[in-house]
Formats: sequence, structure tokens, C-alpha cells
Amino acid sequence: MVRSPYFTTLTTLLSYRILFLFGHLRDLFEKLLDWSKLNNLQGYAPICFGYEDFYTRRLHLRIQDCFERPIASAPDAWFDVVERYSNDNNKTLCRTEKTTKCLNLGSYNYLGFAAADEYCSTPRVIRSLKQYSVSTCSARVDGGTTKLHVELEDLIARFVGKPAAILFGMGYATNSAIIPALIGKGGLIISDSLNHNSIVNGARGSGATIRVFQHNNASHLEEVLREQIAYGQPHMYRPWNKIIVIIEGIYSMEGEFCKLPEIIAVCKKYKAYTYLDEAHSIGAVGRTGRGVCEQLGVDTADVDIMMGTLTKSFGSCGGYIAASKEIIQYLKQTCPAHLYATSMSPPAVQQAISSMKVILGEDGTNRGAKKLTQIRENSNFFRSELQKMGFEVLGDKDSPIMPIMLYNIAKIPAFSRECLSQNLAIVTIAFPYTPLLLARARICISAAHTREDLIKALEVISKVGDLVGIKYFPVEHLTLDKVKTSTK
Amino acid sequence: MASEIMNATSNALFWISSAFDAPTRAVVFGVPIDGHLVVEVLLVVVILFQLTRKSYKPPKKPLTEKEIDELCDDWVPEPLTPQITEEMMVEPPTLESAAGPHAIVDGKEVVNFASANYLGLIGNEKVTDSCVGAMEKYGVGSCGPRGFYGTIDVHLDCEARVSKFLGTPDSILYSYGISTIFSVIPAFCKKGDIIVADEGVHWAVQNGLYLSRSTVVYFKHNDMKSLEATLEKVTGRSKNPEKVRRYIVAEAIYQNSGQIAPLDEIVRLKEKYRFRIILDESHSFGVLGNSGRGLAEYCGVPTEKIDIITAGMGNALATDGGLCTGSVGVVNHQRLMSSAYLFTASLPPYLASAAIGALEYLEANPSVLTNLRANIAILLKELSDVSGLATVSHPLSPIFFLKLKKSTGSNKTDMHLLDSITNQVLKEHSVLIATTKRSSLDKCPLPLGLRLFVSASHSESDLIKAAASLKKVAAVVFS
Repeated sequence: MVRSPYFTTLTTLLSYRILFLFGHLRDLFEKLLDWSKLNNLQGYAPICFGYEDFYTRRLHLRIQDCFERPIASAPDAWFDVVERYSNDNNKTLCRTEKTTKCLNLGSYNYLGFAAADEYCSTPRVIRSLKQYSVSTCSARVDGGTTKLHVELEDLIARFVGKPAAILFGMGYATNSAIIPALIGKGGLIISDSLNHNSIVNGARGSGATIRVFQHNNASHLEEVLREQIAYGQPHMYRPWNKIIVIIEGIYSMEGEFCKLPEIIAVCKKYKAYTYLDEAHSIGAVGRTGRGVCEQLGVDTADVDIMMGTLTKSFGSCGGYIAASKEIIQYLKQTCPAHLYATSMSPPAVQQAISSMKVILGEDGTNRGAKKLTQIRENSNFFRSELQKMGFEVLGDKDSPIMPIMLYNIAKIPAFSRECLSQNLAIVTIAFPYTPLLLARARICISAAHTREDLIKALEVISKVGDLVGIKYFPVEHLTLDKVKTSTK
Repeated sequence: MASEIMNATSNALFWISSAFDAPTRAVVFGVPIDGHLVVEVLLVVVILFQLTRKSYKPPKKPLTEKEIDELCDDWVPEPLTPQITEEMMVEPPTLESAAGPHAIVDGKEVVNFASANYLGLIGNEKVTDSCVGAMEKYGVGSCGPRGFYGTIDVHLDCEARVSKFLGTPDSILYSYGISTIFSVIPAFCKKGDIIVADEGVHWAVQNGLYLSRSTVVYFKHNDMKSLEATLEKVTGRSKNPEKVRRYIVAEAIYQNSGQIAPLDEIVRLKEKYRFRIILDESHSFGVLGNSGRGLAEYCGVPTEKIDIITAGMGNALATDGGLCTGSVGVVNHQRLMSSAYLFTASLPPYLASAAIGALEYLEANPSVLTNLRANIAILLKELSDVSGLATVSHPLSPIFFLKLKKSTGSNKTDMHLLDSITNQVLKEHSVLIATTKRSSLDKCPLPLGLRLFVSASHSESDLIKAAASLKKVAAVVFS
């Protein structure tokens, strides 16, 4: 967990106070001068009451140009960012025809499959597009299962190391639709405090009781488990039907791995089921890309349910669940996303199959192994350089996600706009993705980045970091020139 | 020893009697305060004090570590999933070609009525070419959520195209069909709001209603009188109409019955009782109306009167993803409040360009809708007298819905019967038909049935063959 220094927290709070004050003043003037516009709802309640969208109207709109930047090419290592302008102080942003070529440090393109790939896109995906068409327009159980879907499910099961797998068209819907099928009222879900919104929604939709344990803290998990099993359900004290503990492989806002061996040990001791969400870690970490289990040396048979997405490392879309044959067969009968939703688009399935084959080395080359080594080297190099420069960087070694702490809300647009003017596209994250006081910039390293790209990025970040003032830790003696000469 | 106790007792008695017999020291309000009065008042005070004390409860002892260990050892969880039975092992038919009107299933050619390919766009060359172009330019996936460089210019073009087609101010794209509606509803409806919904809505809508935590009241399926009565009841109860948001949720064409919602009636009621309307047009977008603009065009209602329209693009538009359209305020609200928009990767760009291609095709060829309507009419005529099955869908609905004339008693046995019919139809006559599936999480009370998705590219012989085979098999099964 991040702990911000006192002075920074105070200044952040102060800046929020000033912004809130100005926001309230503006609201007051709006009420006084524009009251006719506000009162013409003719008896309907407004869509948003007073303070529900205060943050959106008064704070987010000021820095709106840092988010939702459109691009005009594939999200590869270098891409074209469309320029936008605003005539009314960021309230509306207009597209132009002009684009700027920028270095991409924001897209989830861990193994570089985002752009047209010689093995994947041309010819295989295009061939499957011509054979199976864009969509099947049907749910999996009706007439939407093609040979490709069956092939991909077998391949995923083999890749992840589980007996069987089931495929869905969207990662978010996988969590939201699976968790209610597995557990219902009378069950208990214990989830990590920093879990993703899809898991939270799935847990809420299931009707089970939810308890949270401190992020990555196996001893707190043990405390919670002991207390819950001993006292049972609230009010009636009946024992729980079952307990599922939900954790993620890599936490995308912190860049750190979960403490998988300890948590699995605790769950096995107390007979709780484990659900591991490997959205960001599958394909990107581990010696052969098989995810956090391989990285931390945990046997996949110890995790009951492994979930993952195909968007990040495989350049496709969709999600999967891998578990034992019985669980998968049961889910095929009950999971709403399997019974009702349109099945995954066949070209996207082919893209996932091809990229998985490249990673496994089954395409006849060693491109997969090269990509995996490349991303690991890139991540470790970049992280160590940033730390040497004095930035507060989160995340573990070998993790391709690097959040750089900004804290102050004004540093978000400053950092983002300044980097863009120097042709570096960076993602800055504010509320509601992170807590209010812990704003950060997040870097996602890709195997498609070359060493020169990374050095250029480091130069720009260092310059902008000095300008904006986010080097919270003292700088080491090694300068960037020495790095350039040492790596030549 | 005894004498001392005797002395103490007699002393105490002396004090008590002197207190009782004490002369009047004062007169308050005309009442002489005698000694005994003081003692009686004290007694009353003590009684009242005792009455106000809580009853004694023995203190709760927390469990010791050893006891917790024992409880943990004794606890046995249920298995994660129940036992798999024989019938659960059935696999769906596997396609080996595109899901057009004729598909190849398990090696042989079948007539396909299980794909919602209403405009016949599966296999359309122009759409395929635009997808190839998009894939070569943008790759396959979009590798990021909309907020973080996942917004590609194709998405913005698609949103603008949809708005232009429907005549609404703004639209927003989602990356998956069913997650559209179950993310839109919680974005607008919060705890304390009131929603009046049709009881036959599909699972995604039910999930959205549950996640919104609002008060949900259901009205009888497609029954306007029941809707009016429910609205009357709900408005009567709520005190302050301008502080509580109120919504009516309905589908344009109901997936679970093939009925079409009477939009003009609903709009009249909504304006009378001051509700907003959320309409799910997944199966009517691109189908109803003279130019395919949906239920509003069909019923002659101006689109401004419908507050929020959502649609899945996996049906008439033959692509994937979802869209939501409405006023600028409605759409902008979703860009920061809708979870399936914010926290997930955006739609793959080739699917967005397929959607644009589909809309262009529809605008250039409105005759495809006449073909579709003609096909539905043919099927209606051919399937008017099937033994054991009754048509319940609307004559204009592309989802042709047949339910059992007499239910066998439970959903499970109904399902068996319907599955046996579709299996026989597929095996003996090579026609692929779908049954309505019901997940254990689905609370829809409508009866199960068979669904035929009619496409504009079905030929007359396809329709006659499907009708004939269904009639034959039904005659055998229900004899």
C-alpha cells in the first residue's frame, strides 16, 4: 500500500479544498444567474442531483483533455494521437484531422500483438473472417459455437494448465456473470480491498455476503476467515454454505503481484475456494508466459478457478475461465453470459489462437520466447532507471506495470500535457479509478518497445518530472548519459 | 455475640421508629411532612430506579482460539458446483462455416434459424472488406479502455453515424451486447429511485435492476392496463416527485416472447405520470419501421420522447458490442458513471467499422426490410397449425416464438420436451432451431418455447422446409 508523505498529503488536501471552494462558488452563481435553465424540468427529477456529479462538472471537466484521447492507428509502440481543441474551456472537445506520432506508454500491449502481425493478422485472422464472417449473431448454446471456439477453449486449458476452459466475449462480463453462478445467498465472498470493479459488481450481483481483507495481507485474511467461520452468517449464526476468496494476479493500479503462495496456503487450511483473476498477468509474466502461478511457483491445481482476459497480452478481446471439467460443464449450463450473450467474434478468436501459439512456440519460431524475455528486460530496466532518477515507482520486479505517484491533482494535467507536447503518450489516473489523494501516472511496458524508445521516454519523463516536481526521493549519482554509454 | 446482634437490631429499630414518629418539621403546599412520608418517598424512588434498570444478562464470552480452531475444523463447505448429471453433458451444435441462412453443422449442411441475422449481413462482401481494411490498419484488439488511449477514431465515427441514423443528439458505444443494459441502468438509477419494469425482461435487464438497488415494481407482461395501475399505485405512494427519479424499463421486442411493446401507449403514460423511459431495442434496431430506425419510427413517436435507448449490435447489425443513445446530457453522464464503459477495454475497431458498414447498407437498401417482413408472413402462415405448439410472437417480430399449448408442469420437463423436438428436427430434417434457455439465475416467469430467428436472406423454400419439418416432428412428439 502507498503511504504519502505528510507535506504532500497536506498540499493535496489544500488544493482540493481550493478547487471545491471555486466549484461551489460557480454553482452558486449558476443558481442565481441561470435559474430559469435549471428549473425547466417540468416536474421530472433531474438525472443528477446537486452533489452527485459535482466532481464531474467542476473538477473532471477542467482536465478532460487528458482522458479519452483518440488515436488514429493501431495501439503499437508508436501511434498517432489525434489533436483536439476546445473553444469553451474544455467543456466540449473537437477533433481535428491532424495527428502527432507519439511513443505509446499507455496501451495494454504487453507482448506487442496490437498491430498487424505477420503470423496472426495476415493471413490467419483475415482467412477466418472470410470463412466465419464478423459475428455469429447467436448465443453459444444456440448456434454460436464454431470450431474455432472449441479449439481456443482447448488451447487455453492447455496453456493455463487446467483440465478445461470456457470462453466469453468480454472480460468484464466474465466476472459479472460467473460469480453469481458460483455463489449465492448464504455464501461468503472475501475479496481483496483493491479488487477491480468487475469483481465488485459480480460479487454484488450474486447476493452473497461480502467481506474485504487488507490488500495482499495473508494474516489479515486468516483473521477474517477464522472469525467468519466461527461466527457464521450474521443475525442467525448459521454456518456459511461456501466461502470464495477472490484475488488478482497483478493489481493494475499498483503493479504488484499478489502474495499467492501465502494466500493459497491460508485458503487450503480453512477449506475456502480460491478465484484468481489474471487479467493483466496471463501471457505477460512467468518464464513461458503462463502467468502469476508460474512466476511465484504455485501449482495450478491449488487454485480452484482461474480467470483471465485475452485483451492485454494476446491483442484480441474477451475473457475465459479455466477450472476442473465439472465446474466448466456446470457453468456451460447456468452462466448467463454463455446462454444469452452473442458468442465471441470468430476473427478475434483466431487472433487469440494464433498469438497463443506464438507464445507457446507452436508456430515454429522462437518469437514467443524472445517477446517474453524482451518484456521482462524492458520492465526491469525501466523500473530501475526511474527509481534511480528519484521517482516514487510502485510495483514488483518483473511486473510490466509501473505507476509513478503524482499525488497533487494539478500535477495530473501538467504531467500529461507536458509529456504529450514532447510526443510521449502517458496515462494519468485520477478519481474514480484510484483513491482521491493518490493520483498517479501509469506506464505499461510492451515487448514492442526497443531500448532506444525506452531511453527517449526516460529523458522526457526526467525533464517533465523536474518541471512538475514529482521526484519525491533523492536522486542517485548515476545520470542518463552513463546509462546510454553502458548499454551501447 | 448474640447480645451484640440483639443490640444492633434494637438500635436499628429505634432509629426507624423515630424516623417514622418524627414530628412535622415543615409544611409544604399545605401537606405536613411527617417522618414516614420521607421514608415512603424514598421507597418509591428506589422502586422507580429499579424499574428503569435493564435486566441482567450474563456477559458474552468471546470464543477462545482453541474453540475457533475446533469450529474451523468441523466446518464442511458445500462443493463449489453441484453434481453433474447426464443431461448436463450435452454439447451444443458446432458450426464449421459462417452462421448464414445455410450453415455447415457437424459435417452436413443445415438451414439455420438460430442466428439473429435479421438483415442477412453475415457474409456481406462490403462489410467484410471494410473489416479487412480496419484490421490491417488497427490490428484486432484495442488494447485499452476508452479513457486510456483505447478511443480509436472508428469508435467516434461509429457513434456519430448511429446518432445521424436515429436522429438523436449523441450516442455511446459499449464493447459487449448484454453488458450495455446492465451497466446503463445502475448508472442512472440509484438507491431510493423507483423503477417500473415489465416482468418478461431478459436476464441482463434483471441484473441491471438488481445492481441499481432501486425499488423495482414489475407489471404484467406487455399489459398496458397493468402498467397504468402500477404507475398509479407507485405515484400515489411517493411523496415528492421532484426528489425521486422514476423510470419505466421495457424492451421493444421481448426476447422471451416475441411481443412488441406498444410504445405510443407507454409514452402517453410516461408523460402523464412524469416517468423517464429506458428502452432496450436490441432486436428491433434495424428491423422495425420503414427504414429500420426502430420502435419509435414504427409507432410514430418522435425519438426525443424516449429518454434512453440501448441496443445490442449482435443482431440486425451482425457485429458485436452495444450502443446507447439519447440526449447529450444522458450520454455524457455515462462517460464517467457507467462501469462497463470505464473499466473495460473498448470495442475492437473492426467491429465498429462493421457496424458503420451495416448502417450504410441499411440506408442504401431499405428493401431488405420488406423481404424480412414477407419472410415472417410466410412463416406465420405455414406455422399457424402445429400440433402442441402455439405462436405467441407479434406478426412483425423477427423472433418467431412458439410456446407449448399445454405445459408439462415444470420448466425442466418442458425443456426436455422442447430439446427433443429441436434435436429431432436437426437430425432428421437438417434445420437448426433454438429453444429458449433459462439460466438458474433468471427470474423471468414467462413460459419456455421454441425460437426461430427469421432473416431477410432466407429463401421461401428454406421457410417452407423449416415449417414442414417442425410440423412433422411436433405431430410425432405430441401424438
